[in-house]
Amino acid sequence: MKAAVITFPGSNCDRDLSMAFAAAGADVVKIWHKETALPEGIDIIGVPGGFSYGDYLRCGAIASRSPIGQAVADFAGKGGYVIGICNGFQVLTEMRLLPGALMRNAGLKFVSKPLALRVATTDSAYTSGYEAGQEIVIPVAHHDGNYQIDPEGLARIEGEDRVAFRYVENPNGSVDDIAGVLSENRRVLGMMPHPERAIEPAQGGADGAALFRALSGMLATA
Amino acid sequence: MKARVHVMLKDGVLDPQGEAVRHALGHMGFGGVEGVRQGKVIELDLSATDAASAEAEVKEMCEKLLANTVIEKYTIEIA
Repeated sequence: MKAAVITFPGSNCDRDLSMAFAAAGADVVKIWHKETALPEGIDIIGVPGGFSYGDYLRCGAIASRSPIGQAVADFAGKGGYVIGICNGFQVLTEMRLLPGALMRNAGLKFVSKPLALRVATTDSAYTSGYEAGQEIVIPVAHHDGNYQIDPEGLARIEGEDRVAFRYVENPNGSVDDIAGVLSENRRVLGMMPHPERAIEPAQGGADGAALFRALSGMLATA
Repeated sequence: MKARVHVMLKDGVLDPQGEAVRHALGHMGFGGVEGVRQGKVIELDLSATDAASAEAEVKEMCEKLLANTVIEKYTIEIA
């Protein structure tokens, strides 16, 4: 598996995400935001957490319109795998690769703590390493993680089994406790919790490792 | 030519920040504030001299960047 991790000005989880991919056996290339094209042979793009472009205008808005952002959108448009974590999730919704939007947390506070999630579907390259309904503990760290979508959109993603993870206890007001969402082709995942911060016990938990292992198994080059 | 864009959350989208401001006003003794909605104002200096084409261009800017039309609405003033 060859993974590309994008670094925007203000990204701060790009190294963690690179390490999580590498720990699962991936070759990782880091892509600076000034690049306008991706290298050949990329299997998956990681859009990391942080505060791209200082969260100016709206979280993820500027990154989603940057030249490398366009390359990411094109890659996804051709059926490529893309995972966006935290700010990366915000970027992917701003690109409209994923439906809905991330708003200010309902409690207005920045929430930073490990949280229990329930695996809502195992039908994706990201979640096939978990059991349906399994509870896993993954850290969250965000101010704008309040996932909102109109009722028709919500009915659609739920009807299509596209909710990847739900919070066991909702920390931010997200509709229907949604913590992660898949695209229609199930190849783009956005999630607010940070699986890359839970890949080995020294980090306080390793429940995120199965996500990267499952991906690596699915995208391994023959 | 100047343009002023007002971006507001759509009706029905809960505004947690506006709610916090409303509560603060209540604590400060301002009674009777039944609702607060918080938005943003974006001012643009444009080289365009034709109001209609300026407005069309700013509308495209709103659709593509200045507003997230999933949750926000906008109005444009040209002056």
